[in-house]
Amino acid sequence: MADCSSRLSAVLSRESETEALAAGLARLLEPGDVVFISGPLGAGKTVFIRSAARALGMRGLVTSPSFTIAQTYAGRRTIHHLDLYRLISFRDSDALDLEPYFGDDAITFVEWPERADDFLPKPALVVKLEHVDENSRRLSFSQIREGLEKGVEELVAGARH
Amino acid sequence: MILAIETSCDDTCAAVLDGDRLLASVVSSQTLFHARYGGVVPEVASRHHLELINTVMDEALADAGVDLGRIGRVAVTTRPGLIGALLVGVATAKTVAFATGARLVAVSHLEGHVAANYLPPGAAEPPFLCLIASGGHTSLVYVEKDRSFRTVSQTLDDAAGEALDKGARLLGLDYPGGAALDALAASGDPGFASFPVGLDRPGNFNFSFSGVKTALYYYLRDAAPALARERRADIAASYQSAVISALVKKTVAAAESLSCGLVCLAGGVSANSLLRRRLRQQSEARGIDLRIPPPGLCTDNAAMIASAARFLPDLPYPERLSLGAQATGLPV
Repeated sequence: MADCSSRLSAVLSRESETEALAAGLARLLEPGDVVFISGPLGAGKTVFIRSAARALGMRGLVTSPSFTIAQTYAGRRTIHHLDLYRLISFRDSDALDLEPYFGDDAITFVEWPERADDFLPKPALVVKLEHVDENSRRLSFSQIREGLEKGVEELVAGARH
Repeated sequence: MILAIETSCDDTCAAVLDGDRLLASVVSSQTLFHARYGGVVPEVASRHHLELINTVMDEALADAGVDLGRIGRVAVTTRPGLIGALLVGVATAKTVAFATGARLVAVSHLEGHVAANYLPPGAAEPPFLCLIASGGHTSLVYVEKDRSFRTVSQTLDDAAGEALDKGARLLGLDYPGGAALDALAASGDPGFASFPVGLDRPGNFNFSFSGVKTALYYYLRDAAPALARERRADIAASYQSAVISALVKKTVAAAESLSCGLVCLAGGVSANSLLRRRLRQQSEARGIDLRIPPPGLCTDNAAMIASAARFLPDLPYPERLSLGAQATGLPV
């Protein structure tokens, strides 16, 4: 299906542009949505999620949960922030540990989703962050769920200009 | 007598404390323990904690030479961490308390790290400033005379231990590589390359380590492969120096601004040799009394949870029956 595989991307030259895009995206999300955030170390995954969480009304700090694996924030909705970086050998029985973080009433962001491949729920969309140079990042969006495509397209078009 | 249980991170831990006397502290990753139980590398998963908790607890009681009947209070880490992992410890502690009639105490992991400093040798008497630096946390907390504490500053992104571990990974060392990075850096020149110290402004005691991590990524990406290979120890030393400089500068500056003459360390990064050396030098030069708990009390352990419990109230009945776990730590 063309819609499911459509890949939208933009190169953003400032961190503030990434933050604005993340905030815009957050406002499109609905409870139950799961967002995968992929990209190498230092690409800005945590920054992206921090901006999204702020836009969802979260006050306070959003720090990297690489060590604790999960953090939960209270905003206008419950926000779960997972970071699977340290989970190297994930087994199906470990999926139970992640289950409490996926629910109809919360929005969940997952860093390093590829660590748990088949054990995660289907995402509402996948955000990929890539290094271009020290300040610029390429952001790509894929696997966008029905109902989100138009909003994401408009955001990306707006970010390009 | 306190039995403490800690399952918030990778290690399954139990300890027995009598007054301020530590009778036993068992951590599942200890070499001896490993040798006996097959050398399983623990991971953050509740099934690991579930498989290990009874054995670790029995081992602690046996080491201490006491049986459950002598335990008056059971302390357990309830936050922060992965809910499933925390619940293994919480359910165990509740069961033991229910079965033996012992009282129950809920402890935060961060309170525990600070409380490692209340144990001998070198027990510190508040007020003091404590730098908590581990794989998951980096903050400066001021501990009042009554042992309540307030956060002076904290990291806005990555933890110091995480920055060291991830930097090690970028340099090709196995994750988590904080200790390997420390060893590699020992033979390197910290002045070889310049990496940024996050939020390096007077009066700003907060930490930021994501910038230095990204700077290392670009340094390695843009460096000639031969140079990156030959000067790996120098790059490691330069990178580690930037991370440690932030910790040392901000700790000393915060202590001076608070007119605090006693500084304590807590968390796994306390094992870093450069941090210990620089903080000792800086403290001595300024007449600050510096306390660093022994390594076994700095990395995750249950002795620190027992130590914190000494100064915390018992949970009232019947609320203790419904004690749960929290993914997010209470603000400290």
